[in-house]
Amino acid sequence: MGHRTQAGAPLPGVPDRHPAVGSPLRRLDPRTRLLAVCAFAAVVIVLEQPAALGAALALALLLILVARQPLRRILRPLAAMDGLMLIMLLTLPFTTPGTPLLQLGTEGAWGTASVEGLWLAVDIALTANAILLMLLALLGDLDPVHLGHALHRLHLPMALVQLLQFTLRYINLIHDEFSRLRVAMRARGFVAGTNRHSIRSLGYALGTLLVRSLDRSERVLCAMQCRGFTGHFPVVESLRFGSTDALVATLGVLVFSGLLWLEWHLG
Amino acid sequence: MAELFRVRDLWFAYPGRAPVLRGVDLDLAPGQRLAVTGANGAGKSTLLWLLLGLLRPNAGQIEAFGAPRRVEAEFIEVRHRAGLVFQDPDNQLFCPTVLEDCAFGPLCLGRSRAQALAVVDRTLEQLGLLHLRERITYQLSGGEKRLVSLAAVLCMEPEVLLLDEPSNGLDETTGERLLCLLKALPQAMLLVSHDRAFREHLATTGCHLHDGRLIAPPPQETQHP
Ligand SMILES: Nc1ncnc2c1ncn2[C@@H]1O[C@H](COP(=O)(O)OP(=O)(O)OP(=O)(O)O)[C@@H](O)[C@H]1O
Ligand SMILES: [Mg+2]
Repeated sequence: MGHRTQAGAPLPGVPDRHPAVGSPLRRLDPRTRLLAVCAFAAVVIVLEQPAALGAALALALLLILVARQPLRRILRPLAAMDGLMLIMLLTLPFTTPGTPLLQLGTEGAWGTASVEGLWLAVDIALTANAILLMLLALLGDLDPVHLGHALHRLHLPMALVQLLQFTLRYINLIHDEFSRLRVAMRARGFVAGTNRHSIRSLGYALGTLLVRSLDRSERVLCAMQCRGFTGHFPVVESLRFGSTDALVATLGVLVFSGLLWLEWHLG
Repeated sequence: MAELFRVRDLWFAYPGRAPVLRGVDLDLAPGQRLAVTGANGAGKSTLLWLLLGLLRPNAGQIEAFGAPRRVEAEFIEVRHRAGLVFQDPDNQLFCPTVLEDCAFGPLCLGRSRAQALAVVDRTLEQLGLLHLRERITYQLSGGEKRLVSLAAVLCMEPEVLLLDEPSNGLDETTGERLLCLLKALPQAMLLVSHDRAFREHLATTGCHLHDGRLIAPPPQETQHP
């Protein structure tokens, strides 16, 4: 799945974003993975006990290890989300009323952190991280076509599925286009600075990016129609719910019930 | 005289793939016009990109203009002094008009706007492209795009030209005009071309990229003096 230019020549310099990774999770039916993520998310949202949440997070981490995906692809979204989480961790204790934990300023003039608020923040942070990690582990390597196919087979409305697929596709296209422009500029000695030439050039690049992406998306549509596109993406390999899937599904039900049991047992 | 490019034991692989280049050695002397041949996908374009630091090698040394080049900062000077004409002009042209695109390089080199415009006009005239000056790059024909991307590089007045299939998609007359023009240029060139006649007329030496290494061309490929 190299990035190909129109002429069909591979474009050097834009590394493949989907290198073949040999992970045991790859062999699972995409539907199993989708359902597993949904079930996991539903269970984790219910959990409130720190021990149960910790167990869920540990499970997600375990699957990340099994999935053996490139570290960058996991760390980037995680860092983006945890940046927001940090802000919440710092503010929530001060905005939630309850047993005082920490007072800022004399007699808490600048604010009082509550124990309840802290727990709430930790709960939200653990929940979000566990779900995101599980999502990345199970669905991180699924390409738009297979994801769409799986969603369709799970009887989601076709319009929704296509919207999702095209969004995913065009984000990639725009990203590729942008990488190309950047290389073209660097090849001619461009170094960004704060001068009119830099700003003007970046403006041109941005404008070209939009025009080209739009045009390219139209060409892609034409090419698809030429090949008989009528509204759904055919996928050559058919989905198969195999014995591994059955095993994983059973395991999933057991583990998720275990998490819920832990929650009620402790609570 | 010092070599313009000196490459030793260069290795490169795209992430998650088998190495494309496995120990390339290459020398380019001033005035030399070296033709590189090789099958599709042999890694010729990749080699050119590595020479300008647009990709980083996994191993090996690149020396350009008498100094080793390893990090981005060291490659910026290389890009100022060596001009790369991309295989696909769509990857190269990004400004709205031909004029702006050609002026981009000189402006990056720190020329004033007036100087840049003068250089652009001179080069476009030389290439017989003055009539395209105000055109929108995006709407040019394939061959026109190719000539404009060459013009854009020549406007930077580079010491070395790295040409990735420059005669691709040109009609016969234009191809011959390009050949005469390139032959008249004093610059050293590294030429990647599948067009045998073009190569034989332009290049002074040739080499062949095979199995990730540069070797002497096969016997029937020996160049005419
Ligand atoms: N961005 C990329 N990601 C992964 N692999 C790539 C990428 N660009 C090129 N390749 C692969 O690297 C190899 C060398 O590509 P390159 O473009 O250098 O070949 P080439 O010798 O210029 O071929 P051609 O004569 O067709 O232009 C090819 O097998 C190609 O598929
Ligand atoms: Mg090439």
